[in-house]
Amino acid sequence: MNAVNSDAIIEKLRTIAGNKAEIVLDAFFTYIKVSPDDLLTLMQLLRDQLGMNYLANMTGVDQGEEFELVYHLYAIPDNQQKLVVKTRVSRDLAELPSISSIYPTADWQEREVWDLMGVSFSRHPNLVRVLLPEDFTGHPLRKDFKKEA
Amino acid sequence: MVLNHDLMTEGTDEVAHLAKHNIIVTTLEKIWNWGRARSFWPLSYGCNCCPIEMMASGGARFDIARFGYEVFRASPRQADLLIIAGPITLKMAPVVKRIYEQMPAPKWVLAMGNCATSGGPFRDGYSVLPGADSLFKVDVFVPGCPPRPEALFHGMLALKQKVEQGRY
Repeated sequence: MNAVNSDAIIEKLRTIAGNKAEIVLDAFFTYIKVSPDDLLTLMQLLRDQLGMNYLANMTGVDQGEEFELVYHLYAIPDNQQKLVVKTRVSRDLAELPSISSIYPTADWQEREVWDLMGVSFSRHPNLVRVLLPEDFTGHPLRKDFKKEA
Repeated sequence: MVLNHDLMTEGTDEVAHLAKHNIIVTTLEKIWNWGRARSFWPLSYGCNCCPIEMMASGGARFDIARFGYEVFRASPRQADLLIIAGPITLKMAPVVKRIYEQMPAPKWVLAMGNCATSGGPFRDGYSVLPGADSLFKVDVFVPGCPPRPEALFHGMLALKQKVEQGRY
């Protein structure tokens, strides 16, 4: 499958993202790499100006010293665009703003990332565990997680 | 009715007299167990593939009603056999335990499939119990991934034997 984003969209993306974000293209996706501080503003602009109205998926990746957060955005149903927004937070201070005020689907996805990866989200309406029991200790998808005997 | 003359005690003559007139003397528990073993009312719990086999057991081709076990209940208060047909996660464990406690005694548990017998592929995971027997007493284990309906019937007939003999 080829990248569905046309050159015009990429150009528009560059004006929206400005110099704060780095844009990378490959055969499948258009990636926007952004710092956690600019994440909220960028998401708001993407939704309002580029019509990315659906957050389909959100993932946390353990990259050793840092956690990478991956957001998959789609514009449905009319123009079928897709975008990936990536941001990184340090392992010691794993916190970034919640985007659930912009994309309501982020609510449970951020809870899942908190549950399994231990990245916390500020201003989240209800940041509690979603898959594991509430008395579970640790975050099992971190690479340094050890199962209790 | 044939009476063993070595075991004759006081009252045996009376029993022999009754037997001649077609009256059966037994204990109530035996009668009950005879009935219980022939009409389990199962309560099902499962995730995805074992329940498909369980549903096939209920269908026309395999027909669980041949054995009298077809009355699948949706309420633990009406069931006496809990079929665990799937892994029990840590989060689900207190719920299953509570369902089990809501069933009226006497009650039995049949662990169907590898996940329920030992945790299966999730045994070393962080969120799944290593088998249903870490939660409550399991009467029959039916291994397989998933076990065929015939295997489920075999397990239920093994349980039937167990119940008939009062070994529970």
